[in-house]
Amino acid sequence: MEWEVVIGLEIHAQLATKSKIFSGSSTAYGAEANTQANAIDLGLPGVLPAFNEEALRMAVKFGLAIDAEIGLKSVFDRKNYFYPDSPKGYQTTQLHHPVVGIGHIDIELEDGSSKRINVTRAHLEEDAGKSVHEGFNGMSGIDLNRAGTPLIEIVSEPEMRNAKEAAAYFRKMHSIVTYLGICDGDLSQGSMRCDCNVSLRPKGQEEFGTRTEIKNVNSFRNVERAIDSEIARQMDILEDGGKIIQETRLYDADKNETRAMRSKEVANDYRYFPCPDLLPVIIDDNYVEAVRSTLPELPDAKRARFAHSHGLSPIDAAVLAANRELAHYFETAAKIANDYKLAANWVQGDVSATLNRLEISIGELAVSAEQLGRILQLIKDNTLNNGGAKEVFNALVEGKGDGSAESVDKLVDSLGLKQVSDSGAIEAIVAEVLAANPKLVESYLATPEDKRAKAIGPFIGLVRKAAKGVNPQVVMDVLQKKLSEL
Amino acid sequence: MALDQQQVRDIADLSRLQIDEAQIAEYQKNLSNILDLVDQLSAVDTSAVEPMAHPLDAVQRLRADVVTEENNRDHFQQIAPQTENGYYLVPRVVE
Repeated sequence: MEWEVVIGLEIHAQLATKSKIFSGSSTAYGAEANTQANAIDLGLPGVLPAFNEEALRMAVKFGLAIDAEIGLKSVFDRKNYFYPDSPKGYQTTQLHHPVVGIGHIDIELEDGSSKRINVTRAHLEEDAGKSVHEGFNGMSGIDLNRAGTPLIEIVSEPEMRNAKEAAAYFRKMHSIVTYLGICDGDLSQGSMRCDCNVSLRPKGQEEFGTRTEIKNVNSFRNVERAIDSEIARQMDILEDGGKIIQETRLYDADKNETRAMRSKEVANDYRYFPCPDLLPVIIDDNYVEAVRSTLPELPDAKRARFAHSHGLSPIDAAVLAANRELAHYFETAAKIANDYKLAANWVQGDVSATLNRLEISIGELAVSAEQLGRILQLIKDNTLNNGGAKEVFNALVEGKGDGSAESVDKLVDSLGLKQVSDSGAIEAIVAEVLAANPKLVESYLATPEDKRAKAIGPFIGLVRKAAKGVNPQVVMDVLQKKLSEL
Repeated sequence: MALDQQQVRDIADLSRLQIDEAQIAEYQKNLSNILDLVDQLSAVDTSAVEPMAHPLDAVQRLRADVVTEENNRDHFQQIAPQTENGYYLVPRVVE
């Protein structure tokens, strides 16, 4: 039977506030256990939550970025469940009146087309603490530093039809929240996590099949792999005439398979009710418009501008616009050099290769955008050839520079990379090389005309060895002229 | 609305309450009575009434995003039954 895959994602993004959503504890990552958990975070009796205005502003900003309805009145509810990483016995969240209503984003598919995915809602809630099950002699250790960290949970419509679309959606959301500066986007630290709802139905059938939920997938690649392995698992069961059990599953990246979490004997009943400690949050149109005025240029707009105004290919534009810092770096260098294509080649070539090799982000690269811009200028005015430019770049990567554009010029001088384009100087070097290698000249002259283009190679190598930074085109011209005169 | 005895056991389990098997019949009766009262209330037509979030129509005040709390871990952990290396210890829970 032909099956249609139905995927919906729930993405949790940690908001980049300094303090927690309902308390003045720090949200900084990596602190010693429980040093950032105060009476409110611990759920001690008699405390009252105080709502962080920045968390609200960030959520509204997100809503505007995905063109969503903004909830002018949002209400916090308690979702009750028992687990030691939530000592209050409930999670404060928003059930019926979320701060962000229906919105949408566009994802780019592999064939270059784009697809609109609707977002059902996004609501504010608090994160839970962390449990550590190893190293405590059969007990579990609880660290409540993360408890109370503000999250937005972004819920998509079940509109994705394969794992690639789901990964593209997750990537796009990552790109949007990091552009907005409302989430640091650090997947390895759990700043963004994704729950994937997957089901299959016979093609053409209206009704959804039974779904499973894969919890807490934390990389783009794993979203794709987890969903693909879950699709394969469900298809096997259905093809054999079996039934899918609605359950929560975990993805094991090492084995590339999902497995069921321990099923609960009794279905959970979250007994939601409005939080009596928090009043309705009311904002007005002025508030919304003030937030709108702080929106940066978003990835789609930037991508379109790169492609239309600067003549980059759709793929180049998409790659360069996906990451806000990288886009800024690229644009700064391109403006200085006044050459977007050349800058695009460098940023996607040497710059990206260096970032990958050193496993660093663009902000940590020792070569500033101003320095790259200066290197590109020097390529364009023929001061540097490509090899020389790479040498300067690599020297800067190794820390031989102070971040300034001037240090590029100093390096070009000290490394002796200035390209010699003056044909008089090159003629002298060529004459020396020819005089020093009579045998090579002899064999060149013995070479038939039609094979001489290849035979000239060794001379070019020798000239460039004798004088670094000579303009290869000029060398070729002078060599051909001199040799033809012999 | 009447609860059956198994529902009473499930509710107790969700609430992490241990109840005596002998008392189940009594809980079943009392809880069912409460639900009957709720049913009575539900009979009132409230379709035109906006749910009340607060009797004084007050709205939530907002707090500036500033870190105001210091590390008081030692103080808080004095009342914890068991701690180790700064962690609160609980009976092992693995999902």
